[in-house]
Amino acid sequence: MQRPSRLAALALTAALVLVGCGSDTDNGGAAPSTTAAGGTTAPAGGGDFPITVTGGNGELTLDARPERIVVLAPSLTETVYAVGAGDQVVAVDDQSNFPEDAPTTALSGYEPNVEAIGDFDPDLVIASDDPGDLGKGLEAIDVAFLLLPAVDDLEGAYHQIEVVGDATGHADEADDLVADMKTTIKSLQEEVPEGEPVTYFHELDDMLYTVTSSTFIGQLYELAGFENVADGADPEGTGYPQLSPEALLDADPQAVFLADTKCCGQTPESVAKRPGWSELTAVKEGNVFPLDDDISSRWGPRIVDFLQALVDARSQIAG
Amino acid sequence: MAATTTTTRTLRPVLVGVVVAAAAICCGVAFGPASRIGPGAALVEVVDRIPGVALDSGLSPSQAATVWDLRLSRTILGLLVGWMLASAGAAYQGVFRNPLADPYLLGVAAGAGFGATLVIVQGRVGADPSVMVPAAAFGGAMLAVFVTYLVGAAGDRRRTPASLLLAGVAVSSLFTALQTFVQQRHASDIRLVYSWILGRLSTAGWGEVAMLLPYVALSSGVLLLYGRTLDVMSVGDDEASSLGLDVNRARFVIVLAASLGTAGAVGVGGLIGFVGIIVPHVVRLLGAGSYRVILPVSMLTGGAFLVLADLVARTALAPAEIPIGVVTAFCGAPFFVFLLRRRSVGVAT
Repeated sequence: MQRPSRLAALALTAALVLVGCGSDTDNGGAAPSTTAAGGTTAPAGGGDFPITVTGGNGELTLDARPERIVVLAPSLTETVYAVGAGDQVVAVDDQSNFPEDAPTTALSGYEPNVEAIGDFDPDLVIASDDPGDLGKGLEAIDVAFLLLPAVDDLEGAYHQIEVVGDATGHADEADDLVADMKTTIKSLQEEVPEGEPVTYFHELDDMLYTVTSSTFIGQLYELAGFENVADGADPEGTGYPQLSPEALLDADPQAVFLADTKCCGQTPESVAKRPGWSELTAVKEGNVFPLDDDISSRWGPRIVDFLQALVDARSQIAG
Repeated sequence: MAATTTTTRTLRPVLVGVVVAAAAICCGVAFGPASRIGPGAALVEVVDRIPGVALDSGLSPSQAATVWDLRLSRTILGLLVGWMLASAGAAYQGVFRNPLADPYLLGVAAGAGFGATLVIVQGRVGADPSVMVPAAAFGGAMLAVFVTYLVGAAGDRRRTPASLLLAGVAVSSLFTALQTFVQQRHASDIRLVYSWILGRLSTAGWGEVAMLLPYVALSSGVLLLYGRTLDVMSVGDDEASSLGLDVNRARFVIVLAASLGTAGAVGVGGLIGFVGIIVPHVVRLLGAGSYRVILPVSMLTGGAFLVLADLVARTALAPAEIPIGVVTAFCGAPFFVFLLRRRSVGVAT
């Protein structure tokens, strides 16, 4: 009687341990890399310090160009690198996978551990979210903190790039980047075919969570000549409602965009197999477009790539 | 002679508890995800802060601030939360004569979760969330206990433990359902809500400690005074009444004190499970029989347990953090298996 129950206890404990370890989503973060010691390179493009920038947490004054920056959001990582401040970055969060040479660590942007961030000895931390104790904690250990929350519109995105440029000592490069983006977006808008907007459904995951036209993503779709079918499903205005399969089939969008190709492995072929979906206009006419999850959810410099994908899709449907 | 022996018998386990708690605090301060702060230096830094002592820890100002404002405040918070949950668990186990009673029995957890969810999904507009969420969680918890008492005592003159427990189950189900409904309507905040539910002791500065201290002090004071009463109640309601004890009133006061403290603990730490159940049992297994010993020793051991659990939570996968509720659950599950295996669960007290 003793042995079986002891075995059961052991098996139970082992199973618990395996479950705990198996679901670990750690990206195997790289060890923190030290900054390039090239202190002789003059800051390219307008490093005017001391400078005061305004973020979501108020004004921040930086006395000198930050050389040990920690970034805790994928969109902000892309922006920091795009303005040319990549050499000044010592660590980025676990979700930041672009550009590939960014020093990804196991730091979390959702549940930041201030002590761990402090261990990198940063002089500036840039994040998009402050779950309550990040700002206070960084203040306690005397580290500059710039909060740049998710933007609501294109103007907000441009403004944020400029703020990042100012804060990192690359104001000129930031201005150039914004000017380029504006030009590209303008020319993309000119490529949008004339005619009625095409109805669309933007799929965030395979549980049919989507965006409404009030979100940043929704606004980009409008620029590309699309009309959202999910607006009616969001009376509280959260921006991210979940559609039921019947509601989606009823709405019958002309185009479906899959923003869950990486996370959930969805493809035009796999969605065509869902019950009822073979009758959707979008499926029948081959207007199911896979998107890169990351590009379609970030508000950094790659929104241009996202808009390009949308305009290409719109042009394809026009015919 | 007899009095001295009783005092010694009470004092010795308490002293052991104090030593264990102190050791846990030292570990909590010495270790952490900041790998460049040595354990010795961290301890020296804390000792240096004692007025009248001047030592040089060799840490930079930001490292010193990390040790004091981040690590020590978090360790003390863990001590207080563990202290409160363990003593509330012991009190509930005594008052309901049920070995599976935990501090969340009368709907405290469900009420707190509901309150916190409501505030979290309202977004970060308006007041500071680090004050609003604990306040809402506290309010929700006390509301749930109040409703439980109303329902459990309705039309039942005797107000037996069983009716209260059943009412607690009903109220918990209701608040959990409400919370799930609100949560699903605001799916984009689910991650925040779950992270609160799983429990988190992260803190910067001493604000949360200051918020919690009065509740812990009040609750502990009342419970310790009722230690002897709990011993008397352990023989049964009728027997206790015949010994001259107003059982219903005693139960009410004890539940109120324990719930108040638990609501405070849950408000700042989220729903950390297993501490309230495991620790009193462990204390009993180590030989303590009377609540006059079980309560203080549970407080100290519970505090030590949570400090060590938090240490694991923030260092095991550093710099990522494991939610502390997961760490305590890992300890809890094998503990229950062990408890089931024992011939006599010897708690009935």
